[in-house]
Amino acid sequence: MYGWVGQVLRINLSKETVKKEALDPVEARNYIGARGLGIRLWMKEVDLKVDPLSDKNNLIFITGPLTGTLATNAGRYNVVCKAPLTGAMAASNSGGYWGPELKYAGYDAVIFEGKAKKPVYIWINDDEVEIRSAEHLWGKTVYDTTDVLKDETDEDAKVSCIGPGGENLVKFACIINDYTRAAGRSGVGAVMGAKNLKAVVVKGSGGVKVANPQEFMEAVTKARQMVKDHPVTGQGLGLYGTNILVNILDQSGGLPVRNFQDSGTFPNADATGGESLTAKYLVRPKGCKGCSISCGRINRVAAGQFATFGEGPEYEAAWGYGADCGIDNLEPILKASNLCNELGIDAITMPTTIACAMELFEKGYITKKQTGCDLSFGNEEAIVDLTYKTAYRQGFGNELAEGSFRLASKYGHPELSMSVKKQEMPAYDPRALQGMGLNYATNNRGGCHVRGYMTAPEILGIPEKLDNLVTEGKAEWTKIFQDLTGAVDSAGICLFLTFAIGAPEVAEQLKAATGVDYTVEEVMKAGERIWNLERMFNMKNGFTRADDTLPPRVLKEPIKYGPCKGSVSKLDVMLPEYYKVRGWSKDGVPTKEKLAELSIQL
Amino acid sequence: MAKVLTLAPEKCTGCQTCELACSFKHTQEFRPGASRVSVLTWESVGVSVPMMCLQCDDAACMKVCPMGAISKSDTGAMMVNEARCIKCKMCVTACPFGNTAYDAVEMKIIKCDLCGGEPECARFCPSGAITFREAATATLSKKRAYAAKFKDLLQEVSE
Repeated sequence: MYGWVGQVLRINLSKETVKKEALDPVEARNYIGARGLGIRLWMKEVDLKVDPLSDKNNLIFITGPLTGTLATNAGRYNVVCKAPLTGAMAASNSGGYWGPELKYAGYDAVIFEGKAKKPVYIWINDDEVEIRSAEHLWGKTVYDTTDVLKDETDEDAKVSCIGPGGENLVKFACIINDYTRAAGRSGVGAVMGAKNLKAVVVKGSGGVKVANPQEFMEAVTKARQMVKDHPVTGQGLGLYGTNILVNILDQSGGLPVRNFQDSGTFPNADATGGESLTAKYLVRPKGCKGCSISCGRINRVAAGQFATFGEGPEYEAAWGYGADCGIDNLEPILKASNLCNELGIDAITMPTTIACAMELFEKGYITKKQTGCDLSFGNEEAIVDLTYKTAYRQGFGNELAEGSFRLASKYGHPELSMSVKKQEMPAYDPRALQGMGLNYATNNRGGCHVRGYMTAPEILGIPEKLDNLVTEGKAEWTKIFQDLTGAVDSAGICLFLTFAIGAPEVAEQLKAATGVDYTVEEVMKAGERIWNLERMFNMKNGFTRADDTLPPRVLKEPIKYGPCKGSVSKLDVMLPEYYKVRGWSKDGVPTKEKLAELSIQL
Repeated sequence: MAKVLTLAPEKCTGCQTCELACSFKHTQEFRPGASRVSVLTWESVGVSVPMMCLQCDDAACMKVCPMGAISKSDTGAMMVNEARCIKCKMCVTACPFGNTAYDAVEMKIIKCDLCGGEPECARFCPSGAITFREAATATLSKKRAYAAKFKDLLQEVSE
């Protein structure tokens, strides 16, 4: 095969068996790879009702056909399973160098079944695959684990692993590869921990071939030029990272503040933004494999109580520990965000769960008796301390480790969890970005911004500026963004490209790489197919229309400050329209006709 | 005037795009193992350095080759004549920088050949860490940056 390498590795951890299987070319064509193909392969083999933390929940590491090539920013892979945080599907997307290396070793994907009796790691060295003891690694941080495994295997090997967060089954533990790149959301790290699987180490000496080298280089050269020429991908993200968005969202009134209570006003927002980070703490911008954007931030706080070194934060983590926790000092934000990477926990759900706890504390629903500290908004020490305690499930950290929904429900106030399908919403207030609200509500993995980034048209004006406060037309736009993202994630390329390139450039690169006759229509159709398949995953797990909703606060309490003052989310207007645009029933179920049109066979 | 590959490690983002472009140019495959340029990264301090053949004038690889298979081309690249090469790998041993390598997959000596005068690594490097420039101007920016320190000093003195 071209683009795809054509082989899947299947490792049964219970039986300690390793098998190599051919990749099904028809499924690959229809679901492209990574996110889409991963979900498809998972659904074909696993009982949908499986308990996410049981040994029956398969865990799939999977690349796309463009991963590891010179295609625009093709450093990505996905981790697919059923999510412990939400009970919905999980496909967490990560960059770095691990995904490409898996292909160089000769595999498009690794499927993990069962559960190891004792902690293990996997060493994939081209054809040779070993299941090795990881007992000496259990308890180690991501950084230490990665260092030790490089020593034990090969200096140039790539490591994807869990930290204490995954080992301790934190509901939002992530999997981290290459020290700092996270398959971040929904708790995929807990699934890995439940399998006693500490790490997957890979080294490959092979390569990836493309079907039509000349056509491929033409497509790549064109797309790379567009990425270079676009102000967001060619300048903004490389200069300031994604955290450039703090000031942009603050000025547009869409920055959520103090658990979404005071959205629209955060007087010292700039102190937490990408410009400040670059001026004071940036060591160097960093790029994933084949990246021409370099949004990655290597950061350092040289001295003081928050001294730290690491990578990040993305805008969502900087906002989570910043505005959402009422903190306007980058030093504790950097310290806590770096700690998330070291300990292997999601840097969006962690701070937003702390923000929820802060509101519970402020309102008197929990006290020092539970929290062990004064958990008022703005407590800089607490965000660092509680992040650490959550990964180890110490003290109040044990309650935070369940995520904000379970925490707030326990104390009788689920409405204070700013989550959708139990996953916390990121840094865009749905009352200020109506389309983003619709995307959160309908997102197949709950509160998530990276599967329908309506911020692009609503705030940044890409590809055209939409009025962020109106609902008209948002259903169509949301569908297009969700479908295109499905295809982009599945191809193995970075979502950030879509600021600069669209479906035509994705199709051209895919076609030349795989030799499959992908057109713009085919690519968008594949994206829609993936979205509908994920929807069916959730429907068959008992999710209904009632789950396509937003926290009561954003539906009922108007924004109090700033340019969007007075606005609430008008989800009730957009949702029926969205179902119609999707070709679903009034209850939001994909119809038989729609499934047939998309050739989805369940 | 001859151009040379100029490295600016302080600009390198560690993305390894150069490795992808190089291996594809030489093997029509994306295989970093076949790349003539390598990016070395020290994660613990956040530094990446691209390395490739520096096309020495008085090259150890050329001197040590028992077959006289290595010579300088018009573009200034030290080239391996594959017809003469016996793959003894003396050149690999002799290169003090580790920039001449043996590719076990294709079973041949690999090193930067400047892509016949248009190096793909420089063409695709997104950060300016690898550039292909006139030899006379290649170090000028470095000189200018250093000279600027004197300028600042002199200004201070005169003020």
